[in-house]
Amino acid sequence: MSIGHTLLGLLESGPRHGYDLKRAFDEKFGHDRPLHYGQVYSTMSRLLKNGLVEVDGIEAGGGPERKRYAITDAGITDVERWLATPEKPEEYLQSTLYTKVVLALLTHRDAADILDTQRSEHLRSMRILTDRKRKGDLADQLICDHALFHLEADLRWLELTAARLDKLRAAVTR
Amino acid sequence: MNLRQWSRDLGMGVRFAVTGGREGWVRMVLTAVGVGLGVALLLLTTALPNVLTARHQREQARTDLTYSAAVPPKGENTVLVGMADTKWHDKDVRGRFLDPEGPRAPLPPGVDRFPAPGEMVVSPALKKLLTSDEGGLLRERLTDRITGTIGEPGLIGSHELAFYAGADDLAVQKDSSHVVRLTAFGDRHPTPERADPVLIMMTLVVFVALLTPVAVFIAAAVRFGGERRDRRLAALRLVGSDRRMTRRIAAGEALAGALLGLVVGTVFFLVGRQTAGSVEVLGESFFPSYLNPSPALVVLVAVAVPAAAVGVTLFAMRGVAVEPLGVVRTAKQARRRLWWRLLLPLAGLALLYPMIGKGRSNGDFNEYLVVGGVLLLLVGVSALLPWLVEAVVARLGTGPVSWQLAVRRLQLSSGTAARMVNGIAVAVAGAIALQMLFAGVEGQYTRDTGKDPERASVEINLSDGAALPAAAREFPRTKGVRAAVAISSGSMGDRRRDPGSTVGITVGTCAALRELAQLPSCRDGDVFVVPDARDEPDDLALARPGRRGYIDATYSDGVRGREIPWTVPAGVRQVSARKDALQSYVNGLLVTPSALPATAAPTLYHQVYVRLDLSVPEAEQYVRNTAARVDRLSSVWHWTATTASRKYTSLRTGLFLGAVCVLLLIGASLLVSQLEQLRERRKLLSSLVAFGTRRRTLGLSVLWQTAVPISLGLLLASTVGLALGAVLLRMTATTVTVDWASVLSMAGAGAGVVLVVTLLSLPPLLRMMRPEGLRTE
Amino acid sequence: MTPPPGSLLAAENLRKSFGPTVALDGADFSIHPGEVVAVMGPSGSGKSTLLHCLAGIVPPDSGSITYAGRELAGLSDTERSALRRRDFGFVFQFGQLVPELTCVENVALPLRLNGSPRKEAERAALTWMERLEVDDLKGKRPGEVSGGQGQRVAVARALVTGPRVVFADEPTGALDSLNGERVMELLTDAARSTNAAVVLVTHEARVAAYSDREIVVRDGRSRDMERAI
Repeated sequence: MSIGHTLLGLLESGPRHGYDLKRAFDEKFGHDRPLHYGQVYSTMSRLLKNGLVEVDGIEAGGGPERKRYAITDAGITDVERWLATPEKPEEYLQSTLYTKVVLALLTHRDAADILDTQRSEHLRSMRILTDRKRKGDLADQLICDHALFHLEADLRWLELTAARLDKLRAAVTR
Repeated sequence: MNLRQWSRDLGMGVRFAVTGGREGWVRMVLTAVGVGLGVALLLLTTALPNVLTARHQREQARTDLTYSAAVPPKGENTVLVGMADTKWHDKDVRGRFLDPEGPRAPLPPGVDRFPAPGEMVVSPALKKLLTSDEGGLLRERLTDRITGTIGEPGLIGSHELAFYAGADDLAVQKDSSHVVRLTAFGDRHPTPERADPVLIMMTLVVFVALLTPVAVFIAAAVRFGGERRDRRLAALRLVGSDRRMTRRIAAGEALAGALLGLVVGTVFFLVGRQTAGSVEVLGESFFPSYLNPSPALVVLVAVAVPAAAVGVTLFAMRGVAVEPLGVVRTAKQARRRLWWRLLLPLAGLALLYPMIGKGRSNGDFNEYLVVGGVLLLLVGVSALLPWLVEAVVARLGTGPVSWQLAVRRLQLSSGTAARMVNGIAVAVAGAIALQMLFAGVEGQYTRDTGKDPERASVEINLSDGAALPAAAREFPRTKGVRAAVAISSGSMGDRRRDPGSTVGITVGTCAALRELAQLPSCRDGDVFVVPDARDEPDDLALARPGRRGYIDATYSDGVRGREIPWTVPAGVRQVSARKDALQSYVNGLLVTPSALPATAAPTLYHQVYVRLDLSVPEAEQYVRNTAARVDRLSSVWHWTATTASRKYTSLRTGLFLGAVCVLLLIGASLLVSQLEQLRERRKLLSSLVAFGTRRRTLGLSVLWQTAVPISLGLLLASTVGLALGAVLLRMTATTVTVDWASVLSMAGAGAGVVLVVTLLSLPPLLRMMRPEGLRTE
Repeated sequence: MTPPPGSLLAAENLRKSFGPTVALDGADFSIHPGEVVAVMGPSGSGKSTLLHCLAGIVPPDSGSITYAGRELAGLSDTERSALRRRDFGFVFQFGQLVPELTCVENVALPLRLNGSPRKEAERAALTWMERLEVDDLKGKRPGEVSGGQGQRVAVARALVTGPRVVFADEPTGALDSLNGERVMELLTDAARSTNAAVVLVTHEARVAAYSDREIVVRDGRSRDMERAI
């Protein structure tokens, strides 16, 4: 899962402070694994260096000074590309996909597209596995089946998500 | 198994049937309509004996025939009744002139006061006819003013044509039944109709033949919707009901349908009773009030039908094992065995056999044997048919796809197929046997009239010689008449009183006499004699020239005659009768009018023979109008070669009516089960259409599927029907002849029902073959 | 728009409603000879309706379907039926075998509908049953065989006429995964060997994995994933 792309995506809805970003991320995606601020700081400096974000302003207050970040056009393009690229089908992919779907919904992109693209990618892998299975011996078949069942589980989750997109949209944009 | 458990399970079944949602209701209504139709027919048939009795009683109550030579003296309590029956096309019109002779003169039933001369009271049907456009010709005949209608007690049917007209100039004449004097209407010695044993037997057979298919039909009706019910029963097994409970619950569902069917049937019966009163079949009609089934029979129907529903279901569930996970029809059914099925018709024949050759003169047939034998033979049809269908269908070869589909389906469920046509087969078997019996017995009940309609088609018997001149003048001028001759007849005895020998005298013009005998020459004043070997020599001797005799001699036990002396003139020539003479028996003296004294005319009996021009429509009606005009008490006969006994005719009518009703009823049930079967196969039909099956192929397979069992059923029905018919004919001691026309027509009617059912099930079939059936629900 | 070059069966902008329910709302489709295309999508998305339209079972309200260069809309019901008999084969989820006929008679049925004599048709049927490893069931009735066997009999029936397109609507829907995969293997092998195209409606990814590419139908609209990427 790419924290950088996620933070970029969160910035698309408007400039934020680093702490705001951490809070938003934790709220939407960090259910079991909240970010520590150092991760945010280092990620933002990398993005700043790559020209994907810029500093919108600095706020001096009672505590330490707070930078406000805004996404650049290059940043938006980068998010776009990331969302459109299917993930390599592998195990335990859900968190990334979930992030992508939620971000797509937050940024008013077509989340169903993401799911369709991902399904296609999964099927591509499954076809290869199926083909290998048909040509291979029993050991190959068993190994391929293991992989196939996992991919299928992913896809089922995808279908379920796709079927619940409307509910999800209502939940994340609340 | 105790009563409480039974009633609880049955009750649960009833509840299932009632609360089974839309589908449950549809099934129950179908069952109820089926059972209801059966119940209605059952009630109707059980009421039929009452119809015959009621009609007979009404007929007796109004009868004015005395069959007695003794004429009561004129008094203040007598009425003169003149017969004025006529016909309107094929329908009899009962007509009477009433001439009350005193203040206490009896009124006929249904009439509350005597019509004055020039007035008449008529039956409602006649009133309607007379006031309609088509009754114009009849109106010319019945010219009196209509002043009232005859009440129901005076009529035997709602469509009977009848009138009572007023008169003040009737007179009782000797040896004439044109006018009678009565002190009361009604048969003085009412007899329960002395029924002919053969007629009773035939009536019994008619009832059995009509009721057996109805029973078979009811048995089939309670099994509507079997497959869905089975699924529900499986669900019941799953939640823990045992096998016997399941069966009782199923029986309870059938019971619900049967109970509702009783209600529906009662409604159908009441409606049918009402409409039956307003229709007329082949000239017969009756009043709704005649159709009252006897209470005992009603109770029997009310108990027997639900009990039969329960019994049939329990019996049918025998071969079905309802398991928690579905219904298993005892997979490979044991091949049906033949022997006990054959036993039924054979036992039937055995019951009938002792009565063979009995005829009508050896007393009554044992009605239990008759009913039992016929019943067993007919039930034998429904027992043999499943075996026959199974045996034949198993051997059927393959043909086109439609044939293959049908045959395979029949092979798999020949029982269902056989059950569907069982009712029709039983009905046709019974009907064929009856038709054959009727056709055979027809000879006995149809009298040869000895008349030749080619020579003269209408005979008019005048009530009074005074009308003769007018008749002679009017008939030849009547529209539609080709020729008319008047012939009078009487007799001459050798003494004034109680003559020892008599000779017949036939009077007519030369033209008229030529219709009776071959005359070499003839002039008015001539006299001829036709000797007949059957005559007594003494009688013939009376016809010799110069013999003196007395026309209209007096007999001591009768009314005094006029005793007109007459001497046979010289020059009597001997001639021989024509083979095709107008009168069936020509003998004695043939006399031209002026050879006889004018005083003799009133003593003679006068007839006019008319040959019609059949190209003139309504010719007979014009002749009848003329007859009524010249002599309103004349009676007119339209000659046909044979006349059928009325009783026989009505029996035949009843049979035909019943057979039609039964066939329609069974046709309806065939349609219902056909549709249900199609509905269950909707998904399969759609997938067959998807891969390109022609609709025609599927339609044909439906046709084969019905046609094969029906053909077998009709074949079996014809065989059994012919056998039964032959046995019945032998019982009546009649030569056995096969009436192929009726066999074919009954079998044709059965086949027609199949065709109609198939045609009617085609539109739903086409609808079900639509691809929408592929969509998963 | 013309159908993609080389396509055997193609549809464009199909619309179909059943009463108020819109089943297809501008769906496209194309398939090449020898190709296996999976039609995927959630239930109620219009997958089956698309298949019924493509097979000429249901005429679409609008849009065009071309098969081998001919427009299907121009054909009468009789012609479409004949087309289905000769050029198409069908496998459904269940309920397609005539329960009264034996398995071999069921397989021979399409040939007999085309007018082949019985013996010949049943010989050909048996050949296909051998390929699908169900020839030992020939004398049995559908009620006496298992679901997987019945489905293989159905596949044999779909292929017996040598169809150019086989339409399979959830062919494994009523089977366990092992049986389902075996049926899919046999179906796709047999179809490839005869260069028949297979239109495979399924919601199962592991079944769709036997296809060459997939089309997703959602809310009556189709999405060709190969061309989209």
